[in-house]
Amino acid sequence: MTLQASFSVGARGVEATLEVAAGETLAVLGPNGAGKSTVLGVLAGLVRPDRGRGTLRGRALFDTGSGDREVWVPAHARRVALMAQEPRLFPHLSALDNVAFGPRSQGARRSRARRLARGWLESVDAADLAARRPAQLSGGQAQRVALARALAADPELLLLDEPMAALDVAVAPAMRQLLREALRDRAAVVVTHDVLDAALLADRVVVLDGGRVVEDGRTETVLSRPRSPFSARIAGLNLLRGRSRGTAVVTDAGLHVEGMPEDGLRDGDAAVAVFSPNAVAVYRTAPTGSPRNVMTGVVTEVEPHGHQVRIRIPGVTADVTPAAVAELDLAPGVEVVFTVKASEVAVYPA
Amino acid sequence: MVVLATAACGGPSSSAPPRGQEPVSAAAGGTGRALTVFAAASLQQTFTRIGTQFEHAHPGVRVVFSFAGSSDLAAQLVQGAPADVYASADTRTMGEAVSGGVVEGAPVVFATNTLEIAVPPGNPARVRSFADLARPGLKVVVCAPQVPCGSATDRVEGASGVALRPVSEEQSVTDVLGKVMTGEADAGLVYVTDVRRAGSRVDGVPFAQSRVAVNTYPVAVVKRSRNPALARQFVTAVTGASGQDVLRAAGFGAP
Amino acid sequence: MRPSPAVRRPTPAVSGLGRPSWLLVPAALGMLFILLPVCAMLTRISWPDLPALVGSPSSVAALLLSLRTSLASTALCVLLGTPMAVVLARTSFRGQGVLRSLVLLPLVLPPVVSGIALLYTFGRRGLLGHTLDVLGMQVAFTTTAVVMAQTFVALPFLVVSLEGALRTGGQRYEEVAASLGARPSTVFRRVTLPLVLPGLVSGAVLSFARSLGEFGATITFAGSLQGVTRTLPLEIYLQRETDPQAAVALSILLVAVATLVIGTTGRRRGLL
Repeated sequence: MTLQASFSVGARGVEATLEVAAGETLAVLGPNGAGKSTVLGVLAGLVRPDRGRGTLRGRALFDTGSGDREVWVPAHARRVALMAQEPRLFPHLSALDNVAFGPRSQGARRSRARRLARGWLESVDAADLAARRPAQLSGGQAQRVALARALAADPELLLLDEPMAALDVAVAPAMRQLLREALRDRAAVVVTHDVLDAALLADRVVVLDGGRVVEDGRTETVLSRPRSPFSARIAGLNLLRGRSRGTAVVTDAGLHVEGMPEDGLRDGDAAVAVFSPNAVAVYRTAPTGSPRNVMTGVVTEVEPHGHQVRIRIPGVTADVTPAAVAELDLAPGVEVVFTVKASEVAVYPA
Repeated sequence: MVVLATAACGGPSSSAPPRGQEPVSAAAGGTGRALTVFAAASLQQTFTRIGTQFEHAHPGVRVVFSFAGSSDLAAQLVQGAPADVYASADTRTMGEAVSGGVVEGAPVVFATNTLEIAVPPGNPARVRSFADLARPGLKVVVCAPQVPCGSATDRVEGASGVALRPVSEEQSVTDVLGKVMTGEADAGLVYVTDVRRAGSRVDGVPFAQSRVAVNTYPVAVVKRSRNPALARQFVTAVTGASGQDVLRAAGFGAP
Repeated sequence: MRPSPAVRRPTPAVSGLGRPSWLLVPAALGMLFILLPVCAMLTRISWPDLPALVGSPSSVAALLLSLRTSLASTALCVLLGTPMAVVLARTSFRGQGVLRSLVLLPLVLPPVVSGIALLYTFGRRGLLGHTLDVLGMQVAFTTTAVVMAQTFVALPFLVVSLEGALRTGGQRYEEVAASLGARPSTVFRRVTLPLVLPGLVSGAVLSFARSLGEFGATITFAGSLQGVTRTLPLEIYLQRETDPQAAVALSILLVAVATLVIGTTGRRRGLL
């Protein structure tokens, strides 16, 4: 393992365990306030955990108690570079000197630092921006320079905090592509709320909720078989939690959801029923004699979703065609019936 | 600065004396009259006492004082400040008031004052005479030549042939006294009355040459006085026996 | 280094958003309140005599002394005030609020009281007076005392404006710099200081202006002797005893010097 860290920050209600293998990129997903920034802060050396221990390539970064005395390696000595949501380029330095800042700080002579910086600027297609001041760069250009700056510091662990969040939709794909190349074979932690970032950049995903790790697994597993409402939502899936009974999941509210249970699931086990919004059919009145799962509710939200329209009742969403919306006269406040075939519902342990 | 600014903004009528205020008329029965006296700061204690005596002798009269530097007061009078009596600490500033046309008749000298050496209690530097002040290494503080106590110091220096090398030439006797009281200076030249007033906080060392620089205090009635008769009575009270007793007790010399 | 026109973009002076037109009335009144007394002073000058009044040996000595001491005290303010501002802005500890209020004390103390306080500390019979005496240092009645008095009253101006700049700027850049491997000293030198330079300069200009106008603490603590301790404000006050004209002329000189310094430094950096 390159990074192993397990710690708690009481003031922010965060208690997390993270591991990053050599060359692996870990995505940290989670809703706002889940504690993602705190996790990065602890790894970068900006937030002191109350308890815990973290090592990078065997070196202790912090340790509050296993040894004789507390270990706290200051931020500058960690070899952990941070790239924030906004580029945070030093406004008084040119793009080139921003990138040269890391090598210079680590003892390189000015000429060598600049040579290195030029190389990194080229690698992010920003060689022509070298002489510009940050205020003369667009958002996308600045973020490219910021990436070059982080890479030029030659970190053993790269931390990225929502690297695409501040970018225009138009330039985000290019930046994502650049990051994909930069993060290949590099130990990195990417905090994001965007499933696309996780899918394209990360080998593994950790989902934080309320300061705790609620899911941890390979990216494709978490996205295709979510176990938490948050990961289901970003994966675009419906997820209902409950306990296994026969081939169904019974939710706390008493709803029976029949599905295709995974082998080995026993009655009473915590389980989830997961299905795609596309598999949901929408009616104004319940169809009679149907073998399907039926969920009734009042529409809370109607909004475009790609070529379809997403209809939400509390806890479940359905994707339908615009024609169906018009035909059924769907609008917030209307009572509707959602149905889904049992064969479309995956049931597995939570 | 104050005088200049107000004069420029609103003309003479807007400048008021700092403490004298408008004469307050009409106490009980309509007999109340106020007398405004502009007096040099060094006269504060003596004139306050004389004022009280005057009020006793003239029932219904209230004496209001404005104590400040003589030249400040002269400038205020010239700018039109309302007052009945002006008592200055030297003839030069009184001369300014006279040439400004604001006093009536000839000023009368009512007191004199001479210099004395003030030293910290116990006289640690053992200063015994005026000539001692020229001792190398002795920290002597005097008034700047621009102010009356400084010009008096200049005259004593000239007459005695002793050249002082003061470490500071202060703005006022108060500043000189302050430096002596705190022990920063080994000796300072101030007036006899200042030494008397400072009580135990300084010791006085009289010296013969002080006779060559006798400072005179003139008093005069202000031309625009609304109570010229009463103002003349106040001048008489100052120059009379009881006023002179008060002044003498504070260390002032006879006119 | 190329100048960067974009670092501080010129404010577009177009709309009156957030500036209701009635605001112009009190604003104009405020301007008049400051300008009118200065103009009144100008009207009282006898211009033909000005060169002689301003050029007299005592005036020139006072001006030179004022410039020298004010520059020295500004330098001291920068040297002492910058660390103070950084400590106040970048650390949190118990009693920090109290400490900050204490640092601001010279702002509210009447300058004469500041002078007395300095006297009680560094004077011959002061707290440190004996120690200084043993070391062969006597402060009172020296130019050093003038610089100390000016530094004492001017220091809060630097600390306040620099701490404000540090707090407004936040630590975002410093965090990034540290994560790139820069030691705290490197971060301070290459990131913190350059970023708060405008705040530092405006603080230094304010300190300089305050030092230039210092009167009360100087006359109480340092005394008044031509060429040694009699700065321009002391000279003005003394001249006024005998020659108000000269006092006004010298005041004009003081105003001119202050305007020149504040104007050039302020405008060039676009701060004040």
